[in-house]
Amino acid sequence: MTIGPHADFIIAAYAVTIFVVAALVAWVVLDYSAQRRILGDLEERGVTRRSQRKD
Amino acid sequence: MPVIDLANPTRFLSIVNRVLPWLIAATLLLFVIGLYRAMNAPDDYQQGATVKIMFLHVPAAWLGMFGWGLMSVAALGTLVWRHPLADVAGKAAAPIGAAFTFICLVTGSLWGRPTWGTYWVWDARLTSMLVLLLLYLGVLALYWTAEEPSRGARAAAVLSLVGAVNLPIIKFSVDWWNTLHQPASVFRMGGSTIAPALLTPLLIMTLAFTLLFLTLHLAVMRNEILRRRVRSMRLLQAQKLAEAGA
Amino acid sequence: MSSFTSLLGRDMRLAVRVGGGALMGALFFLVVVSMIPFAIGPDLALLARIGPAILWLGALLASLLALDRLFATDYDDGSLDLLMMGGMPLEIAVATKAIAHWITTGLPLVIIAPLLGLMLNVELHSAGWLALTLAAGTPALTFLGLIGAALSVALRRGGLLLAVLVLPLTVPVLIFGVAAANAAIVGPAPFGPPFTILCALSLASLVLGPIAAAAVLRHGLE
Repeated sequence: MTIGPHADFIIAAYAVTIFVVAALVAWVVLDYSAQRRILGDLEERGVTRRSQRKD
Repeated sequence: MPVIDLANPTRFLSIVNRVLPWLIAATLLLFVIGLYRAMNAPDDYQQGATVKIMFLHVPAAWLGMFGWGLMSVAALGTLVWRHPLADVAGKAAAPIGAAFTFICLVTGSLWGRPTWGTYWVWDARLTSMLVLLLLYLGVLALYWTAEEPSRGARAAAVLSLVGAVNLPIIKFSVDWWNTLHQPASVFRMGGSTIAPALLTPLLIMTLAFTLLFLTLHLAVMRNEILRRRVRSMRLLQAQKLAEAGA
Repeated sequence: MSSFTSLLGRDMRLAVRVGGGALMGALFFLVVVSMIPFAIGPDLALLARIGPAILWLGALLASLLALDRLFATDYDDGSLDLLMMGGMPLEIAVATKAIAHWITTGLPLVIIAPLLGLMLNVELHSAGWLALTLAAGTPALTFLGLIGAALSVALRRGGLLLAVLVLPLTVPVLIFGVAAANAAIVGPAPFGPPFTILCALSLASLVLGPIAAAAVLRHGLE
């Protein structure tokens, strides 16, 4: 596959896209585990949600 | 009825947990196929290999606009139908739509340099995408500075609808302005009709990016629901402590 | 009708008094336009060429910065709550305040624009046409800015947030305003089409702005 004389621009475009998408995915994943951890902490300490207490 | 099921956050979360792995798998599969086809696509007779940037730029542009459309529908859900998860859907769409608009602008700029000789062209489409990015940043600023999630959400919902009404006007005015300030060189993007050899990879990449958007969107919605749970649990805890101390 | 006129009169009187800031907008316009030649240089031909654009930008910024106080003072002393609970539909009340705001803040900009044009080597006759485009376009700026003002008071965040939210929405007004001004002053392009579109934008924002702002106030301040 010949990329041609403007290879730098094509590579840069793909690199930026991959970087932004990766950053988005990383944010989503890290946020998810952070929220899960905090929720686990809170439940351990006995704090429950009102809807859970109705069980 | 599925929509009512989706209104319950807990049930929504369990649906998302089940669906997400499949969505991720489908997204990855489509990207593998799409990237393979994109890499092996023929060169454009005018632009050479730089046409490969189109496979990123066009889906990003479409998703940037799709994101705002999603926010507007969610805004109607918040303000008109009072759907419990509508504001979560709107808030989740904003950062993703903004990211794709940003990708669209950067890839467009990188495409422009070898093709038209300059990093930024005040092309009508690029310019109205820039305004769209500014609108996104405004909504994100709103969400960021709101103290209470539901209050910020309703304000952002109104702004989403106002933006949706204004976007056609902005596009029209930028188009008109662009024809006034006719650029010195006339350029065509990838030819007037896209050759089938280029069209198929483009469609596959568009589909792949769309699935990526939807996957991320559901995941961000899940995070937001969890975040609100944390907040209400903390408030409850603080309330109990205050009562115990009083 | 009488509640409309009394609210209008009240707002206008408040704006003109000491804490009002009605002429502040005009003063800011003057300062900004004075700064431009420092940045660009004294080349009179260049200044004349971009004069209409500078005047429009200055008017846009001056309009925006003055919008901060549209709801803020009323929110602080509780009269915003009274307005929301009162007999007047909130959309009409908000529109009335916006009209008062335009008369006290926007109109002075239109009036001094030709004088500022002299500083930019825009001759008085041309500047007259420019003032006409400003007269047609500044209402759109006020009514679109209404939404930002409502948002910043509902969320208790001021200043720059309002500008960030409102500026992208004002892009069409700026484009057609400058185009109309240039068409009248310089160009072979006809004045009619951009000017009529500018008027249309103002009329449309007259409707959209108050509805959106009232919705924000209602939902955001409960």
